[in-house]
Order: sequence, then structure tokens, then C-alpha cells
Amino acid sequence: MPKLNKSGSGSLRIWQLLLLVIILAVWHFASRDPKVAFFFGEPLKVWGRIWAWFVTNADIYSHLAVTLTETVLAFFIGTIAGLGFGLWLGLSPRASAILDPYIKAANSMPRVILAPIFGMWFGLGIWSKVALAVTLVFFIVFFNVYQGVREVSPTLLDNARMLGARKRQLLRHVYLPSATSWVFSSLHTSVGLAFVGAVVGEYLGSASGVGYLILQAEGTFDVNTVFAGIIVLTAFALILDTIVGVGEKRLMKWQPKSGETEKL
Amino acid sequence: MAEAALSLENISCTFVSRDDRSQRYTAVSDTTLAIAPGEFVSVVGPTGCGKSTLLNVSAGLLAPSSGQVKVFGQPLVGINERAGYMFQGEALLPWRSALDNVIAGLEFAGVARSEALDRGREWMRRVGLGGFEGRYPHQMSGGMRKRAMLAQTLIRDPDIILMDEPFSALDIQTRQLMENEVLDLWMAKRKAVLFITHDLDEAIAMSDRVIVLSAGPGTHPIGEFAIDLPRPRDVAEVRIDPRFVELHAAIWGVLREEVLKGYAQQKRA
Repeated sequence: MPKLNKSGSGSLRIWQLLLLVIILAVWHFASRDPKVAFFFGEPLKVWGRIWAWFVTNADIYSHLAVTLTETVLAFFIGTIAGLGFGLWLGLSPRASAILDPYIKAANSMPRVILAPIFGMWFGLGIWSKVALAVTLVFFIVFFNVYQGVREVSPTLLDNARMLGARKRQLLRHVYLPSATSWVFSSLHTSVGLAFVGAVVGEYLGSASGVGYLILQAEGTFDVNTVFAGIIVLTAFALILDTIVGVGEKRLMKWQPKSGETEKL
Repeated sequence: MAEAALSLENISCTFVSRDDRSQRYTAVSDTTLAIAPGEFVSVVGPTGCGKSTLLNVSAGLLAPSSGQVKVFGQPLVGINERAGYMFQGEALLPWRSALDNVIAGLEFAGVARSEALDRGREWMRRVGLGGFEGRYPHQMSGGMRKRAMLAQTLIRDPDIILMDEPFSALDIQTRQLMENEVLDLWMAKRKAVLFITHDLDEAIAMSDRVIVLSAGPGTHPIGEFAIDLPRPRDVAEVRIDPRFVELHAAIWGVLREEVLKGYAQQKRA
């Protein structure tokens, strides 16, 4: 059985690769037609663009740095704010009852529409993008922590109290770790949204960043650059997601994985 | 009798539904019981009769509707700090290793970490978990988790030990082993124990005194039996002692009717 599984995952990789090759080939041959090429770009030119960005011209790094800085800042600010707020409201039923309708309203509001307002408030620099991305990240983390705090097992709490934990120790040793596990389950979503917020913010008004590059290319119908930008963004979103995955594995090693056996 | 380690005086507990104030349920009514220092008392009763409620009241986790709890003569306010509580369900912190769980009580009390770790390792050995310090709760079997919970409770050296069906989830062999281990630890330290169980055999084998509760609602003690079996006991061997069989028959005579009552109520509900 294990042998079969192994060859199964190997052939899976081959099929995945094959699919990629087929897509690229279809794209390449279809774009021989200039009409198609105008709308869909040409894979070789897209690749050339990426190569120029990273190697020959090496001019994308400053833009990437801006986008990534915005993403990381938004990710941390949003996560910490969401965690703090979630803990606070989860632990004080009165405050949460009062704020409930406002939180629901703020969450259901289409927040992308705030981008121009943030542009007015924070200018065209990175902070207006950070602010937009924070509004996306915050609610994801907030609702998860809020839920997590309310669903801490009463037995765990009673046990900790019987062991002599004071209110502050309960917060630090029971509520916070319990909430952290909920935060991590939302981090993959929130790092993606931080990225979306940053890029959309740039797209709607900025002077640097990968979103800005894409916007400029669109203005000149340079569809190859647009696709190159999309591919670079996707690659970096995957990298960020992987980093979160590694961090999660480190910090959440106490969590059971199904069918885990000990390596001897 | 000397001053009781724990005494419940005319305790009643009525729960009110949060949504509908007129929905009431009296779990415990007018219960009085006392446990002397060093005494091992078991409380048996049909399922759902409010045994855990009594324990939560003794622990100070639940305030009774009326009546008073006294701990070594002092009225209990808030958490009962002289008591250790071994819960029925999973109570280990899943994000802490076994050792960190065992020393949690010391950590909360501000004991220096190195000393706490030493005492923690010592207790892990004492409950037979030496070498498993780094395991997380999900990596341990049910029996190992119970051992860790036992060490976690006893490391604080409480004067009163409250146990809520601590072994009900274990298989019979592990259970007898744990029962003997608890008896050994108790013989060495002689703390007051309030042990809740639905297993009459377990109650008789371990206790100095067995108290039988009536079926709910409005649970109250309806019988009390001194267990005069010699100690030290082995829970497996003591079961074939003629005196054990006699006591079992006597207590079961009282308990049987309540179990049937409780069963009938559950069926109706």
C-alpha cells in the first residue's frame, strides 16, 4: 500500500507538470494570432518581462518591497488588533452586546470602497494601502478570536481556577493560547487578504508597488506586463502562505494531527 | 468528631433557565454532609442526580442557592483554595506538555521554575509517567492523561481532594491500577477525599464511608454506610471479601430503587 501511495504522488506531480505545459503550449500557439495576442499576451514575452524585472533591468525590487512592506505591516497590525479586540469583547459580554450591531455593520460594509477615503486621510504613500488591508485582515482575525474565547472549554477554565490561576493568569495561560489556535486557522486567509488589500490599494491610486506597475501597463494596453505582474503577485502570495504554514507548524506542534505516529 | 475538613450544611441548588426565568430545576435540596480530615468519602447515586453539582459547590465554583459550605470551620467564599479538583472530562491544557501541565498549579502560585520542574518530574515519576514529560495531551492515552491530571491536582498538596468520576472513562484494568495507585498515594498523605462515582464497587473498595444520594430532582442523601474493611486494600482482591459482598448488598438495596427512579425519569424526559 505505501509503495503504491508513493508512486501515486509521483505520478501526480508528473500530471500536474504536464497540465502546466499543456496550458502554456495552448497559450503560446493561440497567441500566434495577433488578435489573441493583443488580449491574452504571449507567454514568451511575459516570461521576458519577468526576466527583465528581476535580472536584466532589476527594477521590480523597489516595487515589490513596497507591496510586501504594506502586506506585512497590514498583516501584523490587523492580526494584533483583531486579537486584542477579540479577547476584550470575548471576555466582556456587556461591551460586546453594546458594540454588536456596529461590528456587524462594519463587517458587512464593502470595505474596498474605503480605499479613496483612506487615500484622502493617509495620502498616496504606503499607509493608505496598509489601512485598507488592515480593515480586511482585522475582521477575519477578530471573529475567529471572539469565537475562540467564547468556546474555551469550561472544564479547562474551572481546572485552571482550581489550580489557583488568577484572572490575569487565566488570560495568559488559557484564553490567549486557546485564541491563538483560532488565529492560526485564520492566518492563511488573512495573509492572502492583506496582499489583496495592498495590491487593490495600489491599483486605486499610488506611485509605486506591483499594483501600480499593473495599472500603468493597463493604461498602455501592455497586456504582457499585466500578466507578468499577476504571475509575480501569485508567486509571492504562495511564498507568504508557505511562511505562515511553517510558523503554524512551529507554534502549533501541540495540536493533534490525524493518524500521527511517532518516528522512532 | 474533630473539626470537619469540609462540611456542607443544608445545601440547596436551584438552576434557573436563562431564557425563561420560570423554568427552574432543583438539582440538590437540603443536603448536609461532612468529611473529617483524612477521611475518604464516596458519594454514589443514579446518573444525573446532581453529584457533580455537590462537588462544584464544594470547590467553590458554584454558589449554592441556600446553605453554607465550611472549609476547616471557615465559611467558603469564592474558590476553595485548600481543595484540589480532579475533573471527569479532559482538563489538561492541550498546548502544554505533560510536565508543564503538572506544574501549572505551582506556576500560578509563583514557585520558581527550576523548583517547580524538579517537583513536577518527581510527581510524574510517582504517578508512573517518568519519561513522558515532553508529551502533549493528545499524544497520551486516556489512562496517561488521567495520571497527569492526578499529578497536577496532588502537586499542590491540597488538604481536600475532590474527584468527579475520575476513572469512568478508563477500561477496567487501567481503572483498577489507577484506583490502587490513588489509594497508595492517599494512604501516604491521608487527605480528606470526596470521591464521586456511579460505580458502587469502586466506592466500597476505596472509601471509609459511602453516601447514597436519591434520584434527582432535589437530590439529597438517603443512606450512609461506614466501610469497615481493613486497610491497606487492593481494589481487585477486596471485592471477594465476604464483608464487601455484605456491604454491597446493603447499599445496593438502597441505591437500586433510586437508580430505577432516575431511569424512569430519564425515559420520560
